[in-house]
Amino acid sequence: MKLLIKGGRVINPETSFDKIADVLAEDGKIVAVGDGLSAEGAEVYDASGKIVAPGLVDMHVHLREPGQEAKEDFVSGTCAAAAGGYTTVATMPNTKPVVDTAALVRSLKQREAEAAKVHVAIIGALTKGQQGEELAELGDMLAAGAVAFSDDGHFDQSAKVMLNAMDYLHAFGDYLIINHEEETSLCKDGVMNEGHRSALLGLKGRPTVAEDIAVARDVLLAEYAGAHVHIAHISSGRSVDIVRRAKQRGVKVTAEVTPQHLTLTDECVELWDSSTKINPPLRSQADCEACLAGLKDGTIDAVVTDHSPHAVEEKDREYMYAPSGFPGLETAVSVMLTDVCGKGLLDIPTLIAKMSYEPAKLLHLPCGRLSEGAPADITVIDPKLEWTVDAKEFYTRGSHSPFVGRRLTGKPVLTVVDGRIVMQDGKIRD
Amino acid sequence: MDKNRISLRGKNVLGLADFSPEEIRTVLETAKEMKNIIHRDIKKVPALRGKSIVTLFYEPSTRTRTSFELAGKYLGADVVNITAGTSSIVKGESLRDTLYTVEAMGVDAIVMRHKADGAAEYASRVVSPVILNAGDGAHAHPSQALLNLFTIEQHKGHLEGLKVAILGDVLHSRVARSDIQGMRKMGMEVHIAGPRTLLPRYLCEEPGIFIHERVEEAIRGADVIEVLRIQLERMQGGLFPTTREYARIFGLNGERLKLAKDDVLVLHPGPMNKGWEISPHVAYGDNSAIQEEVQNGVAIRMALFTLVLTGGRQA
Repeated sequence: MKLLIKGGRVINPETSFDKIADVLAEDGKIVAVGDGLSAEGAEVYDASGKIVAPGLVDMHVHLREPGQEAKEDFVSGTCAAAAGGYTTVATMPNTKPVVDTAALVRSLKQREAEAAKVHVAIIGALTKGQQGEELAELGDMLAAGAVAFSDDGHFDQSAKVMLNAMDYLHAFGDYLIINHEEETSLCKDGVMNEGHRSALLGLKGRPTVAEDIAVARDVLLAEYAGAHVHIAHISSGRSVDIVRRAKQRGVKVTAEVTPQHLTLTDECVELWDSSTKINPPLRSQADCEACLAGLKDGTIDAVVTDHSPHAVEEKDREYMYAPSGFPGLETAVSVMLTDVCGKGLLDIPTLIAKMSYEPAKLLHLPCGRLSEGAPADITVIDPKLEWTVDAKEFYTRGSHSPFVGRRLTGKPVLTVVDGRIVMQDGKIRD
Repeated sequence: MDKNRISLRGKNVLGLADFSPEEIRTVLETAKEMKNIIHRDIKKVPALRGKSIVTLFYEPSTRTRTSFELAGKYLGADVVNITAGTSSIVKGESLRDTLYTVEAMGVDAIVMRHKADGAAEYASRVVSPVILNAGDGAHAHPSQALLNLFTIEQHKGHLEGLKVAILGDVLHSRVARSDIQGMRKMGMEVHIAGPRTLLPRYLCEEPGIFIHERVEEAIRGADVIEVLRIQLERMQGGLFPTTREYARIFGLNGERLKLAKDDVLVLHPGPMNKGWEISPHVAYGDNSAIQEEVQNGVAIRMALFTLVLTGGRQA
């Protein structure tokens, strides 16, 4: 099976390649990138005027299996991923039950083989039941195929447990511990950023200092243990600064940020609309700008969606009681192109790197490259396509997104996984 | 009735953030007429005959619920009370479904109290009857703020230029948040004071509000002092050491009252913790309008019902 993608702007962050070129895939691998390629019997896709990127990698997604299929499952979630231009998603373990054993990791790899439209990488729990008390069987989960570990959803309060995790994992290699950084006692009952807006609305706040304390602790622990910590969905400007300084002195710390934390602030919180309720919360304009600066100068390594779908009836209720999170897979590329690159705040090759090559490298995945011999995971983006976000068109089961109703410019139009087209023009292929 | 008045017909009363000064003025003027009705021997006018009102209370309340209920009844409306403890709410019915049920019975207005901020606004987007917010979390309590303005104006003759001190637990207070909105719109100078643990940290970014950590600074020269209730039921540990110490350092007593203007008016939304945030001497003293607030509350709620349900054609 051959696929020839002709005449697009090919961006390969691995080699800093950025030229009009053709890409030829055969038997699931990229076999050539260059000018005037042709191949007997190949399916030809005309990519002129479009961006040809390595298949996008989202290292922070909640596919909700097992146990929360009313929110999302491997079919709906990976269709959403394909629609959004992603060829690999890494799914978080805060499910029911929590993915904290090799058996559960294997069962999810099985589900990937049966049901997934794109590659699914499995992130295992760091501690049993994500309780932050005893280490989960990290070595066994690695052997079963887990790529990283996280107790995402909350912060592990015990510094000793975190240090143990870092020390114990050290023997197995550079596997990420991905930490949700919000010190618990400072966020109790908090549902939005603590700031001017929360003061007026009366909603309990989650202050930036809660995130800063947690980030600082984990950076110091990683430095002490010589371990690698990855800061999930960074949102506070001061936290970005803590990571920047740590990187400068050689600490193995990396970080990711979401489109929402780069482009939205707590000023858009409305009491009747729970779509803006996320953890960590939407912050201030200054925090957005600090995150963007961190993304540009390399402090922040990856752009992730934190795709967190919930059932409509769970989300459609009082702001205080609605669960946190919204689906992001189908809007992330377009939001970044429109509100970040489109405003001249970031160049497109850097964005592509942060959404493919960099996260793939962090998870030790072979994808994220448009180099000969690499897996034929490819995303084609039409940077000029205008569209309006409509939750009824989503493949995800989630509905409430603060981007619903937005007019955006730029959209993935072709998603190729292992050389096979899985999405074209927004439609998933069977 | 003045034909030039703005019509509030069909307007949801969710908070004073979305009331213009002219709309607030209309409510205050209408409340004056309503207060006369309360003083009549036979307190019944047919203004809202044929209208039905449901009060939907998810939190306990004596004065607010009774005040809304009597206001509706004095105007001839049928009023039915639903409280959380005695309804399908205890069976786990969602707010949306409860609202659908109430709407389907054909009511014209729903008066709602809920412990979640924004519950009233959410309701206004789910069902069609007019929603009157009787308190949502720490967000808003518009009728209480309006009756405060009404009480102040009855005593002072005007609102603009008055210095008001709001003392105590602003953090958990929906009354304070609505007061701040309403008082600034009517040209008053708002000073807030209390222990820093009970003040929203970023309220200082809001224009036209003066924040003090010691109550004396706010009280000095004040025309009006509103004392907020210490909401023990909402307190998590450690916001202040003891009620005893609070009373000594932050409570309004006769000594501190002397710092204010001689004719200062003392308000409290109730229920009071006498001896904590306010001394009994001040609560029942000559400057106190705390009992009068309760009566004015009925007048304000009659005004709101009349204006949102009929546009204020009659009374």
